Amino acid sequence: MKKLINSPETVVADSLRGLAIAHRELSVDVGKRVVVRGDAPVPGKVGILSGGGSGHEPLHVGYVGRGMLDAACPGEIFTSPSPQQILEATRRVDGGRGVLHIVKNYTGDVMNFEMAGDLARARGIEVRAVTVGDDVANDGLTTAGRRGVGATVLVEKICGAAAERRWPLARVADLGNRVIANARSMGIALTSCTVPSARRPTFTLGEDEMEVGIGMHGETGRFRHKLVPAREVAAILLDRVLADMPLEPGEQVLAFVNGMGATPLMELYIVLDEVARLLDARGLTLQRTLTGTYMAALDMAGCSLTVLRLDEEMTSLWDAPVATPALTWGTV
Amino acid sequence: MGRTGGHPGSHLGDGVTGRQGEQLVPVPRLVGWFAGFTRDVALHADELSALDGAIGDADHGTNLNRGCREALRTLHAEPPRTVGDFGRTVGMQLLAHVGGASGVLYGSFFLDFGASAPGAQGLTPRGFAAAWHAGVAAVVARGRAEVGDKTMLDVLAPVRDALDTAAWHTVDLGGMLKAALDAAEQGLEATVPLVARKGRASYIGPRSAGHQDPGARSSWLLVRAATTTLAG
Repeated sequence: MKKLINSPETVVADSLRGLAIAHRELSVDVGKRVVVRGDAPVPGKVGILSGGGSGHEPLHVGYVGRGMLDAACPGEIFTSPSPQQILEATRRVDGGRGVLHIVKNYTGDVMNFEMAGDLARARGIEVRAVTVGDDVANDGLTTAGRRGVGATVLVEKICGAAAERRWPLARVADLGNRVIANARSMGIALTSCTVPSARRPTFTLGEDEMEVGIGMHGETGRFRHKLVPAREVAAILLDRVLADMPLEPGEQVLAFVNGMGATPLMELYIVLDEVARLLDARGLTLQRTLTGTYMAALDMAGCSLTVLRLDEEMTSLWDAPVATPALTWGTV
Repeated sequence: MGRTGGHPGSHLGDGVTGRQGEQLVPVPRLVGWFAGFTRDVALHADELSALDGAIGDADHGTNLNRGCREALRTLHAEPPRTVGDFGRTVGMQLLAHVGGASGVLYGSFFLDFGASAPGAQGLTPRGFAAAWHAGVAAVVARGRAEVGDKTMLDVLAPVRDALDTAAWHTVDLGGMLKAALDAAEQGLEATVPLVARKGRASYIGPRSAGHQDPGARSSWLLVRAATTTLAG
């Protein structure tokens, strides 16, 4: 598999140096693997921090900036950051009101963030963590719990806006949990991804196959399905999402159609069009959308669908200004 | 987390002042053990990643290899004087450089392995069993896994039990480690038919059966390295 890299060992550092050049408003510490808002810590504001394995860009480094994250800790490819790294970022963004850790529910991420939280609290920094687990492809009973996928972007945006409004830590954490409770996701892959160090695709799919219920690390999904048109893919994803989170006609939702890394925006719009039609048929109001590659699995082709049940407060926080490399709107 | 009471190792105080004639594994030999493990991880890195690719995300060998190299570099740059120094150096470097669940789990294992005899300049066979006990307890505390979940614990825990049992019968480290390796091999093989209940492999449910667990395999390498480096 061809890759535009120098060497598998230096992918993360090489990429962070490029990020630093592209976004001089960010403070990028390549050695410590910490990306921080240029004006951090912001006094009197809760620090919002997330992190996880690299390979999902723009998640998380692309969401550092006003109105979203104060810091991101990129780990190695698909590998959670270390406790020392998370602690360093936590210290740099603590503006005296505490720091919220937004953690995707993976065994490694949870353990490293827990250990970092313990270390930060031992140094007198107030830390709360919210754990995102929105993937309906696993039941969370026989597994390590539901994986955190697309909803992570929404939690980061909405909690980031609340912190910007100077909400206190406990309230921002409660909000994060409310977003998590009202969001569900599911994804499909048309191709596997290739981890640079592994040099070959993590799994193989036939020309006429797709994998349903994939995660964002090239882990295989729950089952194989013959390749079907976008219309049916949208139905497969939405049916499972809404089976898990039944919604009443008249409820307002945000639909997030996310590309897995190698699927053109054109195809994502086709999926969104089908999702919109299906939501309409169920009497649901499509209030907001997000469409694009916002949380990739390296070069996987495919998409995920996230549905967030909105309330007025969430909608207002979603609309609040944001200025980050990957998400920008309004006047900050 | 210190040592757990009620098993053979706990009779021996600091784990060094063993009975007459007991072998003492000095700290430099523990470093040799870790060097052997690092060499084996490097040799088997592709194989570990391939096992991970079958049920996870194909990076276990790469990550562990990177972390072990960093830890060994530090051990050579700042040679530890005590068992505690050894465990702290290895543990902190693995935490910082392996990443993922393996980083925290192996890091915690070595931190508490060392903390079981912090000031000691070596370990008796029973001290080694006690240190292993402490390391495994740390893995259980952080990972909240049980034997049978298809994780590294499926090797680490049977090895703990084998070391404990062997320590009742013998003070010969070589004999203890042979029993440990047998237990490690059985534990490793036993992961093949299991359906994963922890870690990333659990997401694919029944499809995780039929594959050896990569974490269990790296733990087996750790035990195997002990048999070739520690008994001296």
